[in-house]
Amino acid sequence: MSEKRRLRILVAKPGLDGHDRGAKVVARALSDAGYEVVYTGLHQTPEMIAVAAVQEAVDAVGLSIMSGAHMTLFPAVLEALRKHGGGDIVVFGGGIVPDDDVEELKKAGVATIFRPGATTQEIIDWVEKEVRK
Amino acid sequence: MSDPQKTADAVLKGNVRIAARLMRDLDDVCPSAIEVMKRIYPHTGRAFLLGVTGNPGAGKSTVVDALISLYRAQQKRVGVVAVDPSSPFSGGAILGDRIRMQRHATDSGVFIRSLATRGHLGGLSRSTSDVASVLDAMGFDVVIIETVGVGQDEVEVVSQVDASIVVTVPGLGDDIQAIKAGILEIADILVVNKSDREGADRTVRDLVSMLELRGHDSAPVEIVRTVATTGKGIDELANAIERFRARNSDDSAARSRKRAEVTVRELVLDKFRRLTDGELRAHLDLLEAVARRTLDPYSAAETMIQHIGKKSD
Repeated sequence: MSEKRRLRILVAKPGLDGHDRGAKVVARALSDAGYEVVYTGLHQTPEMIAVAAVQEAVDAVGLSIMSGAHMTLFPAVLEALRKHGGGDIVVFGGGIVPDDDVEELKKAGVATIFRPGATTQEIIDWVEKEVRK
Repeated sequence: MSDPQKTADAVLKGNVRIAARLMRDLDDVCPSAIEVMKRIYPHTGRAFLLGVTGNPGAGKSTVVDALISLYRAQQKRVGVVAVDPSSPFSGGAILGDRIRMQRHATDSGVFIRSLATRGHLGGLSRSTSDVASVLDAMGFDVVIIETVGVGQDEVEVVSQVDASIVVTVPGLGDDIQAIKAGILEIADILVVNKSDREGADRTVRDLVSMLELRGHDSAPVEIVRTVATTGKGIDELANAIERFRARNSDDSAARSRKRAEVTVRELVLDKFRRLTDGELRAHLDLLEAVARRTLDPYSAAETMIQHIGKKSD
């Protein structure tokens, strides 16, 4: 059953920055790869993202963060997911995040972070390998 | 997911995580989900089911968002099933109806679920009515089903709900081409959204004259003007819905029977479709014979039906 299951991924932009082009490109690419993408739009609080992810029963949450607030927002989303019973949902992200921060976020439970230059194919390959388990 | 009774009990108690996973299993056609639904079904039938359909871009999601606010102000709990189309090429989908409703995301009295059509025609996904039933069983007072943006024959929603709203907007062209025929016939209430735009009067007039073309014994259909982004007209829409409910309280039993008929027929046809697919694969020789014209397709079909009949005994 699991190999045939159609993956569902929530794409969200937490926080205050309004740069949603990247999120939209990724949402589109994931949809073209055959996934069902729940897109929640801009200015989402970690709580809103977590509740939506749980109600939508997604396999993964992809966050786009360009504001520099990644060290606050990623852990807050992880925390909110755990609170709402969605601790098993994979969290990954994209944005401008320095090397050191990537390592620290991975330790905190973020699965991976795609940085500028990553192709949509890389993201899809990663999803196939890490989310479809 | 192992014990169907435990899952059903958790859903009936309103467990969001377990209910959401059940919806996923229903969407994925897991046999285990059917076992849960058998236990949940007796607890359904309490929610008011409201269908919202209409042209792409007419503002269906924004109308739904405004209705959520209104019903929440009345202390009613609201479930929403929002359907968007799957791509026929990739099978993927972008489910974006939530964007308009996300301000209700953290309200525990609201549950929003997005579904993709997954190749199902008619403006809904195959799983839509089951997902609505789960929300019903969870105790949501109102369950709103928002269809994909429809053209002229995506009218399946009418068989699943207690009342259907059709949303349109001014300026779609002469005689409101896009909502003629089937889609207009299913409307219990017509909404002209974005009615602050030029051409709203004309659109209302066109709708009135189209309604007049129907027979004298046709049920009355109210036309409500809204500007959903500001909430204007939403009170009036809710009142129109209440008036419709009051007028039709007598035949709610008939609606339920009709819905039961549609649901059971779909399940039976679905089963036969799968049996048929299996038989076709198992008798490629018959198909080959038809292709070579050593056998006619009518006789081949009769043979298949006999095989299926033996199997389903």
